[in-house]
Amino acid sequence: MTNLVIVEHDNNEVGAATLHAVTAAQQIGGDIDLLVAGENCASVAEAAAKIAGVSSVKVADDAKFAHHMAENLASLIVEVATGYSHVLASATTFGKNVMPRAAALLDKAQISEIVEVKSPDTFVRPIYAGNALATVQSADTIKMITVRTIKFEPAASEGGSASIEAISGGVDAGLSSWVSQALSNNDQVDLTSAKIVVSGGRGMQSGDNFAMLHSVAAKLGAAVGASRAAVDSGFVPNELQVGQTGKVIAPDLYIAVGISGAIQHLAGMKESKVIVAINNDSEAPIFQVADYGLVADLFEAVPELDAAL
Amino acid sequence: MKILVCVKRVLDPQVKARVKADESGVDLANVKMTMNPFCENALEEALRLREAGVVEEIIVASVGGGKTEETLRHGLAMGADRAIQVVTEEMLEPLAIAKVLKQIAEQEGVGMVIAGKQAIDDDSNQTAQMLSALLGWSQATYCSQIKIDGDMATVTREVDAGLETIQVKMPAVMSADLRLNEPRYVKLPDVMKAKRKPMDKIELASLGLDTANRLTTLKVEEPEGRAAGVIVSSVSELVDKLRNEAKVI
Ligand SMILES: Cc1cc2nc3c(=O)[nH]c(=O)nc-3n(C[C@@H](O)[C@H](O)[C@H](O)COP(=O)(O)OP(=O)(O)OC[C@H]3O[C@@H](n4cnc5c(N)ncnc54)[C@H](O)[C@@H]3O)c2cc1C
Ligand SMILES: Cc1cc2nc3c(=O)[nH]c(=O)nc-3n(C[C@H](O)[C@H](O)[C@H](O)COP(=O)(O)OP(=O)(O)OC[C@H]3O[C@@H](n4cnc5c(N)ncnc54)[C@H](O)[C@@H]3O)c2cc1C
Repeated sequence: MTNLVIVEHDNNEVGAATLHAVTAAQQIGGDIDLLVAGENCASVAEAAAKIAGVSSVKVADDAKFAHHMAENLASLIVEVATGYSHVLASATTFGKNVMPRAAALLDKAQISEIVEVKSPDTFVRPIYAGNALATVQSADTIKMITVRTIKFEPAASEGGSASIEAISGGVDAGLSSWVSQALSNNDQVDLTSAKIVVSGGRGMQSGDNFAMLHSVAAKLGAAVGASRAAVDSGFVPNELQVGQTGKVIAPDLYIAVGISGAIQHLAGMKESKVIVAINNDSEAPIFQVADYGLVADLFEAVPELDAAL
Repeated sequence: MKILVCVKRVLDPQVKARVKADESGVDLANVKMTMNPFCENALEEALRLREAGVVEEIIVASVGGGKTEETLRHGLAMGADRAIQVVTEEMLEPLAIAKVLKQIAEQEGVGMVIAGKQAIDDDSNQTAQMLSALLGWSQATYCSQIKIDGDMATVTREVDAGLETIQVKMPAVMSADLRLNEPRYVKLPDVMKAKRKPMDKIELASLGLDTANRLTTLKVEEPEGRAAGVIVSSVSELVDKLRNEAKVI
């Protein structure tokens, strides 16, 4: 077996999600190569070469890959993939965007968001917002896989000494171009890797009230998350959404404030080690998954919590 | 321009999926089914593009058997002009669905395809990207805003880091995120009107495509449940438990 892992990066650093995909590749077994496609991304290749267990890093440094536009990147993956039995990427918006395109061009199925490797051809993946787990066996010669990061520990980012090989290939399809990226609250703790997450829902009533959660989060070294209702209501930006169609996270501690606990929200946080719910409705479904529930008005409980920390 | 909107019939999002006792799949007998919510966003966007004069005709298509027609009728009631059902009782994988939809898109000569970003049953999040690849068209996934200007479109995408704006050449395949728009409600007269709108049925076999599945589902299980914990009576009790019992803060 030979695994190719597509590295997610910003032309400077290796994205943390990639380390989880490398672990999935280790569990499949066999050699692991990495593909770094970008522009002026030598520092990424060097960092990638240090990841434990990697044999070689292939680097395609070219302006056409600068922003990872799906059409260009997929054309490169297709060329490189032919030598491999497994091609993996993390199930982030990066991996989810490009991998199916490459899979279709190779006439291969994609196995989305695996949570377990049973054997080199058999994997477990959640369906129905995580309410069911399907074990699927692939008959394809190249297995195209995206990896749900929370179910695989990150590979060590130091300790490896892979070779670095410059490659060319892929086409500039000229179909799409990058215009801009709006990043908000970039100075805060990253939601996907935070050990503690404090999330607010519709019960927060306004974006201003999220300041209460930010204050608690700052004391705990936590990230702030949100339900879809809070995002839809414009309280907070979309990248804070936790759930089936937002981010799937599994921190050590998840504190849900003014969140009812809809199936779609649970899909994004129910693997957290400890769940706390603060809600004034004792019947709210979130209490069915909470290790510690506090039936209280959040506008009293949260300031009290803040003071107690 | 003609537009193709791909819609899927799924278990209603308010209904909790139950795994069958023999672990062969999820029990869909006698449960409420609806149009995949993301597909409603896709269709709503097409309706708005028609209202804005960008699109002339909206075709809704779905691959499926049984009561797929019901879902397509809902699409017609929302305002699509006509519907195509590719009839099969098999459960096709996204690659096969994309091959079928490619053929429909080409036969109909559409200038754009819009699908949902993911179907809430299988959560594959693949079909639009695969279709875009097979057509050799531009790809814009997870759209929360779409502006079409001649042969270019400017699209805002919901990505992990926030919002990304890209430009794509038309024709394109796009996939809708939930915040793209608020789908309209269907009124009774629309339901009546929808009954008279054209509905083509095409047998999957007649398309002559290789739609064989590549994956075999060995079993479908219920995940380990989480037991409810305790209700604490005060913030101080909560903090004490988190510090001394759970040891997470
Ligand atoms: C009872 C049952 C059993 C199943 N068993 C299996 C199985 O054993 N193995 C397996 O791989 N899959 C199985 N499936 C699911 C399979 O048929 C999926 O429909 C298919 O894999 C597409 O995946 P998705 O809907 O998650 O695609 P996504 O890529 O998440 O869908 C995104 C978008 O693509 C479009 N789209 C998707 N499907 C259609 C369609 N049929 N017609 C028109 N547009 C569409 C829609 O716009 C949708 O919003 C089963 C489904 C059911 C209901
Ligand atoms: C296709 C689809 C995908 C979806 N994807 C997601 C997703 O990814 N993530 C997600 O979160 N949702 C998702 N949803 C939405 C989901 O179904 C729920 O609507 C949403 O999670 C509800 O958010 P909420 O709990 O904040 O709001 P509500 O359900 O309105 O709950 C608010 C809660 O706050 C409590 N409350 C109010 N005031 C106070 C107070 N003063 N003190 C204490 N408690 C108070 C109330 O008792 C209530 O329980 C999706 C839905 C669909 C159909």
